[in-house]
Amino acid sequence: MADITIDKACCKGCDICLSICPKKIFVRSKKRNDYGTNMPEAVNRDACLFCGMCERLCPDGAISVRKTEEEKEK
Amino acid sequence: MNELYEKYIKKESLPTLFCPGCGNGIVQFAAIKAFEKLGIKDELACVSGIGCSSWIPCYFKMDVMHTMHGRALPFAEGLKLARPDKKILIFTGDGDCLAIGGNHLIHAASRNIDLTVIEINNYIYGMTGGQKSPATPEGAVTKTSPFGSYDEPIDGCSLVAAAGGTYVARWTTAHPLQLEKAIAEGIEHKGFSFIEVLTQCPVQAGNNIFGEKSPVAMMARYKEMTYIYKEGMEIPEGKVRIGRIKHDTSRKEYTDKVLQKLEEKNIKKGQSNG
Repeated sequence: MADITIDKACCKGCDICLSICPKKIFVRSKKRNDYGTNMPEAVNRDACLFCGMCERLCPDGAISVRKTEEEKEK
Repeated sequence: MNELYEKYIKKESLPTLFCPGCGNGIVQFAAIKAFEKLGIKDELACVSGIGCSSWIPCYFKMDVMHTMHGRALPFAEGLKLARPDKKILIFTGDGDCLAIGGNHLIHAASRNIDLTVIEINNYIYGMTGGQKSPATPEGAVTKTSPFGSYDEPIDGCSLVAAAGGTYVARWTTAHPLQLEKAIAEGIEHKGFSFIEVLTQCPVQAGNNIFGEKSPVAMMARYKEMTYIYKEGMEIPEGKVRIGRIKHDTSRKEYTDKVLQKLEEKNIKKGQSNG
């Protein structure tokens, strides 16, 4: 399972990550970020391929994807 | 927050002033990735002019000059001649680079001075409210061209290649991996490197030129309207060429020429001749 965090202080709610993820891990949520818009939430984290597109295409560097200890061992 | 972002960005000035969905952030991250790949954080200095895109280096934890409108290149040339050991990046927009600083661009390219220019082209003057820029496509309705733009857009890459720049590439924000590679190549290349990046401006260009406000739709559009040239292929009409356009290592570099001349005349750098 991937350790995906979305920073509340950086996110601006542009929704690029929702459509760019090939496994559709990010979904819209009702949580608000500091900018005042709705921020995404990471569900279904087992499906993550670690392609890194969400990190690269997030214009605010809010998303961080890390491998957990179990994944590293594989 | 992303690990790399934490390493290279001043935390106290966050959030960035870019609008939600703006492509400048993607270029910023691609540049950070390129720095990390090369591992040259301490050798870098950035220069920028005025405009949305010129705010990109202002968040970096390194030496940055935020200078006058259109004059980023003269400042950078001066910095390069004073400190030839530094690798200098210039972040500039389409208006800053092609309109206000157009002449400086031509002359810097013809000198072949060792700079890396990243021109962020969003087809419009975004910061001042959506006026026509030199890169605005023909027929686009903007605040200053209400009946559609009459002018042919200026192609920055062709201009620099013709003027004598030795590394010319064009990518879009929909190609972040290739963009990162191009920035790294541009920094390593000795000579004038020019990288044009087509970015989305969902607020101004999205409203006026493309008619769609979603950043994702604009990025998909950029993927559709571009092509990568391969040897012997037919050139599709009305599409923009992306990829590495020119790479020439045969021309001499300007700083080397200047230093060589000083050595011939027995003048030490930093010493006045009198």
